[in-house]
Amino acid sequence: MKNRTRRILQLVLVAVFGVFIAGSFVSGFAPGREMGRTFASTLLEMAKLLPCAFILIALFDVWVKRETVERHFGEGSGVRGYLWGVVLAGMSVGGMYVAFPVAYSLFRKGAALSVIFAYVGLAGVCRIPMTMFELSFMGPVFTVVRLGVSIPLVIIFSVVMGRVLQRRGYRITE
Amino acid sequence: MLILYVVTGAALAASLIASASRTLAALKLAAVRLARVLPAFGLMLALLAAAITLTPQETIQRVLGHDSGPLGVAIASLIGSVTLMPGFIAFPLSGALVEKAAPYMILAAFTNTLMMVGVLTYPLERQYFGRNVALIRNGVCLLIAIVAAIVMGLVFGEISL
Repeated sequence: MKNRTRRILQLVLVAVFGVFIAGSFVSGFAPGREMGRTFASTLLEMAKLLPCAFILIALFDVWVKRETVERHFGEGSGVRGYLWGVVLAGMSVGGMYVAFPVAYSLFRKGAALSVIFAYVGLAGVCRIPMTMFELSFMGPVFTVVRLGVSIPLVIIFSVVMGRVLQRRGYRITE
Repeated sequence: MLILYVVTGAALAASLIASASRTLAALKLAAVRLARVLPAFGLMLALLAAAITLTPQETIQRVLGHDSGPLGVAIASLIGSVTLMPGFIAFPLSGALVEKAAPYMILAAFTNTLMMVGVLTYPLERQYFGRNVALIRNGVCLLIAIVAAIVMGLVFGEISL
């Protein structure tokens, strides 16, 4: 399915959801109302975050030179590329949904696929705010074990995945 | 959150001083890209709202504190995969469950999959990475999350080889 068709389908589904919520409010269907409220509050959270994230990504696109990205994140960057991946993942905000557009930008600027997948995977592993919460509620042993197991495995998987896809001329789209 | 606004504002200001036309181009780019993914975001939030409403926190708490064997890991991984929950909710919840003697292994399976595996973000991810890569990536992340949970169980002495 083309992305355009998919977007229309998604809009239709969201509209169906909207009609259901509106109907629930009119008829007093409690779970539907609850869903509507949850939807509104998460939408508000996203509305606070997404414009900033997309503006920062676009500024990155406009200002950062392709050569710079290639040097630090590209095929020849070696271990340094993955270190940058860890740093970038640690600094990322929101959830995975912010990591995807960042990945797309990195791809267009010539970053290696393996580094991009490492970044995306690690965005789910070592975002700093999240890790801080984990540390304080679950204790240092929990956090150290999780990071110690997940980070190497994610990087190994990303290297394999990136190599295979690079050979096949894979592209990240929008 | 505030720091994000400060950083974005500072970056925009610096960009404006350097070149107004490039800044305008960047803002246009940001708006177009955001508009392109909005339908997927809307769908994701609708699914999330449905998931949260249909599985209330008490249910999650009961399930996570209940079964400690392989089945518990499987259920915890499933819940973590299909939910989106910010860290500031998930970890206090898990911390409270630890106090109630829920196994670390089960909680690890839950929080790891919560962070690494995204069923609800799949429609969005597919748009960027394509179906196959999105599926493989999430599948492998699920495995990694479970491996990390099992190691956690070993470290905390909840299971032994």
